[in-house]
Amino acid sequence: MTVGIVGYGACLPRHRIKVEEIAKVWGADAPSYKKGLELREKSVPAPDQDVITLSVEAARNALARAPMVDPQEIGAIYIGSESHPYAVKPSGTTLAEAIGATPNCHVADFEFACKAGSEGMFVAHGLVKAGLIKYGMGIGADTSQGAPGDALEYSASAGAAAFIFGADNVIATIDHTHSYMTDTPDFWRREGMNYPQHAGRFTGEPAYFKHTLGATQAILQKSGMKPKDFAFAVFHQPNGKFPMRAGKMLGFSREQIEVGWLVPTLGNTYSGASPLGLSAVLDVAKPGDKIMMCSYGSGSGSDAFIYTVTERIKQVQDLAPKTRWMLEHDPIYLEYGEYAKFRHKILKAEL
Amino acid sequence: MPTARAWREYPQRYRYEAAVCAKCGKWFFPPRLVCDACGHREFETKTMKRTGKILTHTVIRVPPAPFKDQAPFAVAVVEMDDGPRITTQYVDWKEGQLLIGQKVRLEFRKIYTDGHAGTIQYGYKAVPA
Amino acid sequence: MRDVAIIGVGMNKKWGELWEMSMRDIFVEAALDAIDNAGVDHVDSMYVGCMSGGLFTGQEHIGALMADYLGQCPVPATRVESACASGGAAVRAGFMEVASGMSDIVLVGGVEKMNDVSGDDATYALATASDQEWEAFSGVTFPGLYAMMAVAHMHSYGTTIEQLAAVAVKNHANGSKNPRAQFPMKITVDTVLSSVLVADPLHILDCSPITDGAAAVILCPADRAKQLAKNAPVQILASTQASDTIAYHSRADLTAIESTAKAAAAAYKMSGKRPDQIDLFEVHDCFTIAEIMVMEALGLVEKGKGGPAVEAGETAIGASIPINASGGLKSKGHPVGATGVAQIVEVVEQLRGASGERQVAGARVGLTQNMGGTGASSVVHILEVM
Repeated sequence: MTVGIVGYGACLPRHRIKVEEIAKVWGADAPSYKKGLELREKSVPAPDQDVITLSVEAARNALARAPMVDPQEIGAIYIGSESHPYAVKPSGTTLAEAIGATPNCHVADFEFACKAGSEGMFVAHGLVKAGLIKYGMGIGADTSQGAPGDALEYSASAGAAAFIFGADNVIATIDHTHSYMTDTPDFWRREGMNYPQHAGRFTGEPAYFKHTLGATQAILQKSGMKPKDFAFAVFHQPNGKFPMRAGKMLGFSREQIEVGWLVPTLGNTYSGASPLGLSAVLDVAKPGDKIMMCSYGSGSGSDAFIYTVTERIKQVQDLAPKTRWMLEHDPIYLEYGEYAKFRHKILKAEL
Repeated sequence: MPTARAWREYPQRYRYEAAVCAKCGKWFFPPRLVCDACGHREFETKTMKRTGKILTHTVIRVPPAPFKDQAPFAVAVVEMDDGPRITTQYVDWKEGQLLIGQKVRLEFRKIYTDGHAGTIQYGYKAVPA
Repeated sequence: MRDVAIIGVGMNKKWGELWEMSMRDIFVEAALDAIDNAGVDHVDSMYVGCMSGGLFTGQEHIGALMADYLGQCPVPATRVESACASGGAAVRAGFMEVASGMSDIVLVGGVEKMNDVSGDDATYALATASDQEWEAFSGVTFPGLYAMMAVAHMHSYGTTIEQLAAVAVKNHANGSKNPRAQFPMKITVDTVLSSVLVADPLHILDCSPITDGAAAVILCPADRAKQLAKNAPVQILASTQASDTIAYHSRADLTAIESTAKAAAAAYKMSGKRPDQIDLFEVHDCFTIAEIMVMEALGLVEKGKGGPAVEAGETAIGASIPINASGGLKSKGHPVGATGVAQIVEVVEQLRGASGERQVAGARVGLTQNMGGTGASSVVHILEVM
């Protein structure tokens, strides 16, 4: 059975903060951060936005692009994130209620650092392919935090992308998938702690690169395809440099990666990162285009997918706001104080 | 807020479900049991379109306790395109967009949380359309 | 239906932050003042207007409580609630009990004890006058709702913030002559406009305060009034009430207070008096914009012309439309459940010629307008000295 994406949608917050603004407060050298991370600014969720609200709006956009889908026929909804609003109470239940998919639906929240979103996509698509459900939804969304003054504060941002999988009216088939993981302690957060910790340079070669390369090489071998066969490649984008370097090491060109490379002005949307890269690619892809997507989640693992865009893509691209339009259209810039208040780094005293 | 009450209001807060009088066609949001225009007691459930326009507005500078971190914030009376009027917060606006007649759209947002350990109340807020 | 008269009026000594007095003490002081003023030795029935004894003091069953503390058990005693119109609605209930012939001497009091709770809790309690589920839930406060009324009114009619401030200035000027007032100091338009913004465009000095206080009146059949009363009795010519949608956003006209217009029209009809035959008005200025909109709803000025009339001084004591000679809610204070009754007290004293420095010369007929929430309920009384 040919299964693929039947609808997709994104949601990005309107607010932004520039690297200079953060560097100014901590006495850091903005130009070297911008150069080192290949990142200029990031999105900031408003105090009333969280993984659930961003996921609902992304899902609404996905449904707008899949007008034949009756929410009652969605058999599974999986939101992957590392900033679910509740420790116990799935984000997915609120999303299911908001889009009218209850009660006959399987819902679970996923967590695997930055690859929780692609995991949700992996499993939802699998259930459709197994013939167990008619449509399934996988969403990657995060409003992750970087500790004040830490390197991650420059990049940790917010966003969501939602994908509906099905076997009819497909806009991009899923031809192959591959998942590759090990126990690699590069980045983690303990229960009850506000901010994650990371192992510095260990997060590079033994973590991000090993798994991204491992998953991508495995899927290329499994599919018998080569980098030049692809119109686009989307990798996890924790900063501007890593996806470009990984792509180069694998044999992909800068041009193949650029369309889905949102991080320089969006920041790292964690579980939303590669899914949002994919949505940006789908916004402009043409029928017949092949897309390579490989996520990365610390801890560690990568999920790789190969998609082929169908004729139908042209009919749906304009049915909801495009990813780059949301990124570029009329953003609202914040100063550090307002940003700290928005991100609950400072709280009004409870007296 | 009692969780039972929050749950009861999901069809309105999450899905914008309204009741339309089966006799005279008046839209009610939230739904009612009796039409105040014609007295009829049967209704059809319909989902409101998410768009509307601002009829009046203010900026709250002294917020009620659950919203103390949010001040200042704008609130507006919005007339939905389908007819009902609602009171809602208005967010993500820039100077020149807080005015009578401004076109808006409803988005799914967090309204407030019941303290650090209580539930999170979700609902709708208006943004510039 | 019998005609009804007021033969006694009273208030507790002063309104404000009464740390040493409980809600019961405040009510009893006012009730005894009214009983003494009437010269009666008992009552047949009582009504107590109180918006939220429960939220402000944790106490309900207020009718029985006050009957007990006033030493009037076993008379029937009922608490009446209509948000900020609780006092006015209580007067109407008492009026009906006498008019119907069920009782002869009825005490109607109103009380609110608002200062025991924190500012946040008081704000929460007041917001229960609005639509809890579909207005308050959004975070819009009570001042926020009135601020939206002001914005709509300003947009439609060109009302200015200076005109709003003029209402507060005039009311403080009057209140400075009222020994019972909570805030008897004079202020200027500048004082108002430079005070902190609460909800644009309303400043803190556009808003009535949080107050502890009580007021009470004694009612009896008009044909026994002269025989029973110690002081000049005043007849209630009209006692009317009207309701409107609970939520401000559902009102037909966002720049008008329709429930007041309807209650007033019924009152003019019931009393046979026209606005130009009425000598003074005590209205519900919970916010400055409210006074302007009420003036228009009562038909004292044309729609939209309230602001200019206040600015031109037409509503001062001694001018053509004396409004809130007592100082209004703004200067006198606004213990929610008591306000409607206190408005009656002021008019009765004015009609008796007993208002000292703030006397409206030659007053014979007065009107009170009391309203709840953003105008979901309005109560109007028209009184004439007998």
